[in-house]
Amino acid sequence: MKTSFIMNASARYVLWACVLLSLFVLLRGHNEPGGGFIGGLIGALGFVFHALARGAGATRAVLRLQPLTWAGIGLLCGILAGLPAMLLFGEPFLTQQWLGTTPIGTTVLFDLGVYLVVLGFALAFVLPFMEA
Amino acid sequence: MATRADWLLALPLLLPLLACAATAALQSHRDLQRGITAITAVGLLLASAALVAEVISQGVIASQMGDWPAPFGITLVADLFAASMVAITALMYAATALYARGDADVLDNEALWHPLLAALALGVGGAFLAGDLFNLYVWFEVMLIASFGLIVLGGGREQLDGAVKYAMLNLLATTVFLISVGMMFGLTGTLNLADMARRIPEIENQGAVAAVAFLMLAAFGAKAAVFPLFFWLPASYHTAIAPVAAIFAALLTKVGVYALIRIVTLLLPEGHAWVAPLMWFLAAGTMVVGVLGAAAHWEIRRILSFHIISQIGYMIVGIAIATPLALAGAVLYMLHHIVVKANLFLVAGVIRRAGGTFSLATLGGLWRRDPWLGLLFAIPALSLAGIPPLSGFWAKLFVLKSGFDAGWYVLAGIALATGILTLYSMLKIWMEAFWKEVPEGTPELPPITGATRWLLLAPVAGLGLVTITIGLWTEPFAAFALAAGEQLASREAYITAVMGVIRP
Repeated sequence: MKTSFIMNASARYVLWACVLLSLFVLLRGHNEPGGGFIGGLIGALGFVFHALARGAGATRAVLRLQPLTWAGIGLLCGILAGLPAMLLFGEPFLTQQWLGTTPIGTTVLFDLGVYLVVLGFALAFVLPFMEA
Repeated sequence: MATRADWLLALPLLLPLLACAATAALQSHRDLQRGITAITAVGLLLASAALVAEVISQGVIASQMGDWPAPFGITLVADLFAASMVAITALMYAATALYARGDADVLDNEALWHPLLAALALGVGGAFLAGDLFNLYVWFEVMLIASFGLIVLGGGREQLDGAVKYAMLNLLATTVFLISVGMMFGLTGTLNLADMARRIPEIENQGAVAAVAFLMLAAFGAKAAVFPLFFWLPASYHTAIAPVAAIFAALLTKVGVYALIRIVTLLLPEGHAWVAPLMWFLAAGTMVVGVLGAAAHWEIRRILSFHIISQIGYMIVGIAIATPLALAGAVLYMLHHIVVKANLFLVAGVIRRAGGTFSLATLGGLWRRDPWLGLLFAIPALSLAGIPPLSGFWAKLFVLKSGFDAGWYVLAGIALATGILTLYSMLKIWMEAFWKEVPEGTPELPPITGATRWLLLAPVAGLGLVTITIGLWTEPFAAFALAAGEQLASREAYITAVMGVIRP
């Protein structure tokens, strides 16, 4: 597939812009519309654009790990976010814990997990199609 | 510390969830994946045994995820029925995982097999423990996604053909289910099953309740492969590789039956006179169609697939009569059937390894070549047909006794006839594959030897031992099933356990 010079040159910047935007949306989801799911989709969009411009092989190199591995790590994050409640505080699974009165808690880890699962699964579906 | 109930209800889901995540993350490390699956299998067996013990001693237990009280949060709840299903799921996970270590089809696809198997166990376990309708739907989806992945393992044209039929019809059923969940929410204003059970009698328009419940029963009926919505099952199950077919045959339709029992006992206990005749019709149709379909086929996996359907009919008999004894029969039947059916599909996989094919016409002479395999086939086959002293006899006895007690003679008669025809199908496999001489022109395959033989036959023998144990040492299992049936028929304990748990 022949890609245009402009697309090829902009791929890297679009990728990082998308990832930054997706992280912003991920953190914004803490109190306002946004969150891990939509953030993960936006991030995946950046990687798909990168793959369109430079080929799936180059995108896999940027990702370093297999997409499904990222999804697995995300799932582990989600589980980890639910465990402190049961292990330390005697509350049911997934009861979210907060650092005192600061608005940071296990929910952030949980949302990050959702982000990685969505990103990983989306890319695990899309990249093989581009290689075929 | 978190209460014991919180732990016991979370662990059967946490363990496969962790296994799924870890084996997906470590997909290029085969040995680590195998180790994780082995540890998970042992852990899941122990955790589910502890759950069963807790439910026996404490009655129905519930846990509110994230500490959001019912009916707003996600509730996990286990009564005797659900706990026993979780335990048998753990057993299936362990048996198929062990068998898969010796199965060549799985060894080619191991990177995906481990996370998908864990995800399937997660979805099935979640469906059994879910305390609200929407989460039941979500767990059905988890199960469905995992099963799509599993059914195409092996990757041939045949698998893809089966997978497309399986996916389309199951997606349709799930969509109908989701629509009915939305409508039920509109009627009752809640998704929590226990809360719904309290509110339904207060609804003025019982006709609307009946319509939505009917829709729901249709969706679960399709999942359970009940007549006349069974056609997806024989169109797809025979294409899956042996351990996948075994765990599908054992668990997937049974989750549909589980949901049917839950809905009928919890949401439609009285005042809906249409349920019993409908179930009568479904049970009779399912038994007859399944057993006749099996009699007409000459391919082992197709015969076994049709027998799943006919056996589902027996469980529906239990739902139709709905006395505590009949429900106990349905529970015992499900436990027996899960073990025996998985066992038969695993044996079929070994037969194919030993004889090179699933087709009865070209098989033969296996008894002379491998009498152990013949014995290991005979145990679940006779149990399926209901020959004493195996587990199938007691399960059938419970169902038939409740049928005669309730005066449903015709249905009980159909069930008896189905049992005889089941025996015919099993004898057919026996005569053709094991007893007759090797047909002309069938190439002689080398016997299965060494570690592979042990890996393939150990789970088969283990499951055979379970059906013998239930058959010979029936007392505790029968008592358990009767207690589970009482619990299902009374439903008070379930509602108090879910709605009563409010933390200080």
